[in-house]
Amino acid sequence: MAAPDQSRGRLKVFIGMAAGVGKTYRMLLEGHAEVEAGRDVAVGLLETHGRADTARVAEGLPMIPRRRVRYREAVLEEMDLPAIFSRAPELCLIDELAHTNAPGTEHAKRYEDVEAVLAAGIDVLSTLNVQHLESLNDHITELSGIRVRETIPDAILGRADEVVLIDLTPEALLERLRAGKVYPTERIDAALNNFFKIENLSALREVALRQVAEEVGAKRLTTELVGSREESLAAAAPQAVGERLLALVEPYPGAQRLVRRAWRSAQRLGAGLDLLWVRAPGKELSEDQQRSLVALRQLASVLGARMIEEESDDIAATIVEVAQRRGTTYILIGGSRPARGLARLRVPLPQRLMQRLPGVDVRIVADRAQRPNGSSLEGL
Amino acid sequence: MSAGVVVAVACGAALLGIAAGYWLPPHGRVPASNRLQGGRRILLPFTGQEISRRSFEAAVRLAKAENAIIMPAFLAQVPMNLPLETALPVQCARGMPLLEAIEQRATSLGVPVDSRVGRGRSARDALRKLLEQEHFDRVIVSADEDPRLGLSYEDLRWMLARVPAEILILRPAPDDTRRISTEAVKGHF
Repeated sequence: MAAPDQSRGRLKVFIGMAAGVGKTYRMLLEGHAEVEAGRDVAVGLLETHGRADTARVAEGLPMIPRRRVRYREAVLEEMDLPAIFSRAPELCLIDELAHTNAPGTEHAKRYEDVEAVLAAGIDVLSTLNVQHLESLNDHITELSGIRVRETIPDAILGRADEVVLIDLTPEALLERLRAGKVYPTERIDAALNNFFKIENLSALREVALRQVAEEVGAKRLTTELVGSREESLAAAAPQAVGERLLALVEPYPGAQRLVRRAWRSAQRLGAGLDLLWVRAPGKELSEDQQRSLVALRQLASVLGARMIEEESDDIAATIVEVAQRRGTTYILIGGSRPARGLARLRVPLPQRLMQRLPGVDVRIVADRAQRPNGSSLEGL
Repeated sequence: MSAGVVVAVACGAALLGIAAGYWLPPHGRVPASNRLQGGRRILLPFTGQEISRRSFEAAVRLAKAENAIIMPAFLAQVPMNLPLETALPVQCARGMPLLEAIEQRATSLGVPVDSRVGRGRSARDALRKLLEQEHFDRVIVSADEDPRLGLSYEDLRWMLARVPAEILILRPAPDDTRRISTEAVKGHF
């Protein structure tokens, strides 16, 4: 793995479930703390949205003025990227990472501006709402019914050196909204009737908490891969909150049952789900298997699971490699037929996985329909 | 050839076979319950959280008589403002337990099952896509009193006109309210 680029600036992102939780406020407070610590800090871009508290806390921080960009008949105000480079502070505060720039500026998106600032060796503090993350956009739209157009690739957040969750209960946020601390009075009713509903906010909060937990998990995994003493310490640290399930499938009808069961478990755990099919090299699929494979891929897509297909003769080694790569915490396997002949001497796959993946749960999924004395379906 | 040589060759072949069972990778070892016996394919599409018990029983009877496979299919509907390939966890939370219930019930009755999930802008669109992907010999649907529970009358008319398969539309007797629902799932799901 390549060593981190020492000349690149550090990125810290304050993430929250929605506008008004206090991301910008917290970013500005940290800016003041850095000034007091003797660092050269400048605000590259601040969106106060007319919030008096936010404007007040920004006082005293050096501000780089916005530039005016003419677009068609309108004059728009945008962050002045060249001015940031000229000023070259040690730390630059740039609000609203997902913002789309006006045409005619250096980059289409603000996160691209931030990338350029980081590349110039300037540290950046920035803010982001969770629904702007590309991978979560559809899920959040389905939860809330509202689609956010400005998105950023997840990799941007993945590259952040620190991600700080600014959390607030939905009730507290609604209270802030009603008190006029989020939007001006004339926009409060519309906000309450649309996006700012308790069920939306609860769902978004859950997504935000999970996202940050996954970030922590991913960072921990990355650290382990490097191999220094710090990494050993990190490896000894408690497991990350985020769970990830890996279901082992083959293109047969029974695999769908396994996938459904795995998906339900993933839902309960709030975990991601991967499906892995280890294909024998060069083996042709029968027509039935091809149809089953198409059905499996379709099921994975509808469920939001990721279908991974690997070609290998060594099933156990491939599973171990994928599980380590994906940060798997649970593996689900369907029942297999009893071993015959010398195959009985072979260590069964679940045991081999448990030996090679310490700390990962391995679960064998039973076929409930074949359970004797199971609950009857008669009379339904 | 002496008897000893014959015995030695036979033993050698047996050992080779056993050893191959040990060394060869377990790819393609399909549990018996996963092998599909039937040739004909009966599609049983649904959209809600329950289906008519009568249409399910009809599918089972036909599958047994024809040595066919039942293919229950959950038809998920993608809102217009979302990409067609989007994941639909909220709808799946309703449809997957019923798929599981149908599969468990059919399997316990000795009928092979191979489930499907269709996705489209409407139930009809999802069904159309599914029918374009695969061939089905027969489609069994229930003409419910309340079309919101399943495919609408328009959808049924469309099926009769356009689907290249035998269509069996069942209208349950008014007093036949028996249904298979998500509550029928055995155990934790």
